[in-house]
Amino acid sequence: MFNEVFKEKVNEIITRHNSDKKKLISIIQDVQKEYHYLPEEVLIYIADTLDISHAKIYGIATFYENFSLNQKGKNIIKVCDGTACHVRKSIPILNAIYKELGLNDEKNTTDDMIFTVETVSCLGACGLAPVITVNDYVYPKMTPEAVIELLNNIKKEEFR
Amino acid sequence: MIISNYNDLVSTANKYKESLDKQTKKVLICAGTGCLAGGSLAIYEKIKSLIKKRGLLVEIDLTKEDEGIGVKKSGCHGFCEAGPLIRIEPYNYLYLHVKLEDCEEIVSKTLIEGKPIERLMYFNNEKLYKTQEEIPFYKRQTRLILHNCGHIDAENIQEYISRGGYKATAIALNTMKSKEICTIITDSGLRGRGGGGYFTGKKWSQVLSQDNPVKYVVCNGDEGDPGAFMDRSIMEGDPHKVIEGMIISGYATGANNGYIYVRAEYPMAVNRLKIAINQALELGLLGNNILDSGFNFNIHIIQGAGAFVCGEGSALTASIEGERGMPRVKPPRTVEKGLFECPTVLNNVETFANVPIIILNGSDEYKKYGTSNNSGTKVFALTGNVVNTGLIEVPMGTTLREVIFDIGGGIPNNKKFKAVQIGGPSGGCLTFDKNHLDLPLSFDSLKSVGAMIGSGGMVVMDEDTCMVEVARFFMSFTQRESCGKCIPCREGTKRMLEILEKITSGNGSLEDLQLLKEIADTVKNTALCGLGKTAANPVLSTLEYFYDEYLAHVKDKICPAKICKGLSTITIDPNMCKGCSKCAKSCPVEAISGTIKNPYVIDKNKCIKCGACIEVCPFKAIKEV
Repeated sequence: MFNEVFKEKVNEIITRHNSDKKKLISIIQDVQKEYHYLPEEVLIYIADTLDISHAKIYGIATFYENFSLNQKGKNIIKVCDGTACHVRKSIPILNAIYKELGLNDEKNTTDDMIFTVETVSCLGACGLAPVITVNDYVYPKMTPEAVIELLNNIKKEEFR
Repeated sequence: MIISNYNDLVSTANKYKESLDKQTKKVLICAGTGCLAGGSLAIYEKIKSLIKKRGLLVEIDLTKEDEGIGVKKSGCHGFCEAGPLIRIEPYNYLYLHVKLEDCEEIVSKTLIEGKPIERLMYFNNEKLYKTQEEIPFYKRQTRLILHNCGHIDAENIQEYISRGGYKATAIALNTMKSKEICTIITDSGLRGRGGGGYFTGKKWSQVLSQDNPVKYVVCNGDEGDPGAFMDRSIMEGDPHKVIEGMIISGYATGANNGYIYVRAEYPMAVNRLKIAINQALELGLLGNNILDSGFNFNIHIIQGAGAFVCGEGSALTASIEGERGMPRVKPPRTVEKGLFECPTVLNNVETFANVPIIILNGSDEYKKYGTSNNSGTKVFALTGNVVNTGLIEVPMGTTLREVIFDIGGGIPNNKKFKAVQIGGPSGGCLTFDKNHLDLPLSFDSLKSVGAMIGSGGMVVMDEDTCMVEVARFFMSFTQRESCGKCIPCREGTKRMLEILEKITSGNGSLEDLQLLKEIADTVKNTALCGLGKTAANPVLSTLEYFYDEYLAHVKDKICPAKICKGLSTITIDPNMCKGCSKCAKSCPVEAISGTIKNPYVIDKNKCIKCGACIEVCPFKAIKEV
């Protein structure tokens, strides 16, 4: 899938950051914004273009939590399990989502690529705990029942 | 337009104030992340269009005499529990839980007739609180840092300037020398609000004294602590104050470039900071020759990529340099060799926000707040099992009791207070029995009882919280976030987590408690960076103050709070069960069976004790014992 169009896009991103090795994280961030994940061939291409080792770019891409080497679903659900959410019972919400979508700790993207479920350490909306986000839109004061309803609404939109 | 000196700034501020005063009524709609989630943006649009429809002015033309109503998106008002929030000036009414349907009435009754809508106001113990300032949640606070948060349009520099913004920068750059500023900050006793509590003036003086001609100012906005959101609210609600603090810091130490490192999880903070930086550049308050002082300063925004350890100084600078965010051995310290190997001032968001206040009012005035070795105020994120969650600011030295029970309104649902966790994963759990609640909050007092202010997260826990499980929760966080560079942290957190998991699953022994304590002490004493050194705090503090609970887990094999799944069984009370089948449908392992309208039963061997059935049972027939 790393065709000429994408190559041009990646080149444009690298140029925008002046081909500066020190901007590596910003470059990967911008690339991930385009692809929603980091395909291996793109990482190799960036490393070669910037003249850094494959090991180094892999090291960076795996060190930081926001980078993903796996393709993600269209709707990214983040369940906050920060302290405030945890004490206000975030885990039953996560379990409800897993059950509804047939996912688990190991398999977090649905086969139809519609949903990816992740847990995050804190979204910073602790006053409204427990919270989840769907594509960065925050849903406050969640309950297992409300989250099922939300998922059904998204499914309805997707299959309309 | 360029503002070229102090006098120019004052006359510009007056001009802005005059034009803003033409807005005889102001509607401040909270656009902090919490209220946005409650739909405040739609409320903003609706109120704006309703006002326009009535032919009233929303945008004010400077050259004309016309008066109008100002409709603004503000930063976080702090009272997140009751959002979406709307403040209406000049009455200072605060409307809570506002819905789209309320907008029409707000416009017709309050904005046109000036009358309050009582049903939207704060009501407690049969008393109505009409103004924001009367509400106990606000009344008992001292809002210096949060002074503008919720009171101005965070995306409008005119409002900031009209309220005395950039005056501190002008005073510093036009009338003071670098050394003088370092002295004032030292005299004020300001200590780093990121958690460590190092004296800010001392840090600045050390950077100033370095010979290297290139220096940097770095603002740490990587608020990764679960349960903390004060830095975010400051960046979103009053971004210029942070920028001002950085400019003054740059001037005081001889740095011409500043970096703000913000978590990528905070997109709105990034956006508002960008807007603020561009506005300051346009007015000549940032960039080259600021206020004609000959001083140049630029600010760059760097987005984090999701690593908790990047809140640590040397890891943060490594991350800005495009490396893995791993801490290094110190010395050399950041003040000598920080960003790009140059001397660097690294302070957190709230620390910088304190700087303009100190410059404007002087160090003596600042020292009037707080205690002798802990001056000023501190912003805390009050969350968890407490009635009024939100963002609060109190003078250092305020007691936990005042914070949790007076400002926070106590524990909801008639539950009992059990503990408060302060300082995130680096902090500790404090409790009622040890008189911790009457402890005046400060860097020194908290350290003495094994907790720390940390970034200021304060999570209240009620009687239904299991402290062993809380320790496990924090350990799973630090274990996941350990960068892996040093063995004590990498291995120690992993082993501690394993032991805690063993205990919460019902397989712990007395020896495990001993081993847990030993590992915790070792990690605390030998880890490379702050993350590792403090990782054991939740374990050590719970072991010290909640040893009984650990004993109950390992000796009696019970979890007193009925949280730990391995130590309980779930049963259905046949007398209360109406046979609705909801529990069976919610069970992920098909452990529940029965026939409709007859009591259902749980197969104890299949049950994984997830509690999903308890949550869904409409008759409260399922219990964990």
